[in-house]
Amino acid sequence: MADEYDAVWLEAHARVTLVELARCSGFPETTLRELVEYGALAPAEGETFAGDCVGRLRRASRLGEDLELETAAVALVLRFLGRIDSLEDEVRYLHAQVAAPRR
Amino acid sequence: MKYKDYYASLGVKREASADEIKKAYRKLAQKYHPDVTKDPKGEEKFKEIAEAYQTLKDPEKRKAYDELGSHAPGENFRPPPDWERHFGERPGDGATSFSFEDLDLGDLFESLRGRTRGAGRSRASMQIPGEDFEAIVHLRLEDAYAGTMVDLNLDMPEMDAEGRVRHVPKTIKARIPKGATDGMRLRLRGQGGKGFNGGPNGDLYLNVALHPHALFRPSGHDLYLDLPLAPWEAALGAAVQVPTLSGAVSLKVPPNTTAGRKLRLGRKGLPKPSGGEGDLYAIVQIVNPSVLSERERALFKDLAEASTFDPRAHFTMERSHG
Repeated sequence: MADEYDAVWLEAHARVTLVELARCSGFPETTLRELVEYGALAPAEGETFAGDCVGRLRRASRLGEDLELETAAVALVLRFLGRIDSLEDEVRYLHAQVAAPRR
Repeated sequence: MKYKDYYASLGVKREASADEIKKAYRKLAQKYHPDVTKDPKGEEKFKEIAEAYQTLKDPEKRKAYDELGSHAPGENFRPPPDWERHFGERPGDGATSFSFEDLDLGDLFESLRGRTRGAGRSRASMQIPGEDFEAIVHLRLEDAYAGTMVDLNLDMPEMDAEGRVRHVPKTIKARIPKGATDGMRLRLRGQGGKGFNGGPNGDLYLNVALHPHALFRPSGHDLYLDLPLAPWEAALGAAVQVPTLSGAVSLKVPPNTTAGRKLRLGRKGLPKPSGGEGDLYAIVQIVNPSVLSERERALFKDLAEASTFDPRAHFTMERSHG
């Protein structure tokens, strides 16, 4: 019998501290601060961040590590990933407006 | 142990320079990286490329790999005897009793990386954090609405007491609280790969993908539903029953409702993790009967003769402006 665990949402209203973000994003705190300086990552309040940035940061850190990118390039990747996320939200919204084919 | 041709994976010759290996890897990685590619086999392909590069970019590991000679990919081979001494050595006791038979070549080189990283320090005291994992959970809309429990079957690499990496199947039951919608992410703290030597366990991340629903289309936490109305219902107004995820409700359709109009049913969408609910929008479609009775046909004819309504009046307007 497998153990049961509670999954926790990483969404816009959840707050993640810088230390926690360093653990779950794969970026050290210094790089996260650099990404804030580049304007690619915005703190929500003080040094906390919105939970929904975790997924994007994890993708950016994997790409940065696997493609051996510098921080400036990672910052650009992060911006593009943010843009992709909002475009995907928009596509979902537009799909939802389109009537399903009648059976 | 099964042989893997790392040079072939990267598409380079055995005598390729470090720079050629790096270039070949970067080119392939950009094409097959799982965070970039739409190729369903991309992840598998990238793993193969990355494993090859991890070994070939490190001069020590490349030398050890080259010592294996060249074999056909997948061919069973026995590593040279001094490998068993090198890899089989346990910290402290120098014992050599272990077998290569059930080991994966990639895992073996991964273990070697652990060793070189720890050089100059006692491996026994080196804390290695567990790996994080990501998985996609496919949920039905009803499960997203109410919350659910999912079984996750994962294949996790774990380090054994000797620091060798092995893949171990693991099943986790994860409670998904209500609040899910497409593209959302969850975290299960400490449920990733096991840490080594007191290093923290990795985390498990879940990405939500909703199954398409026969009636409702989600956008964030709002839901959209097609609401077919008969022409007279749309014209005269009506009270109609519409389905929601919490059961059917009565919706008042106002008179003179046009096709495409969205009628909002507040807080009948998906619950949000931060509290509150999205809305349900019923999008009006005006549907004619596919077969008319004699009486219906006669009534429509009367209406056509009596009405002065021109649904295409704007066509004429456009022409006069053009």
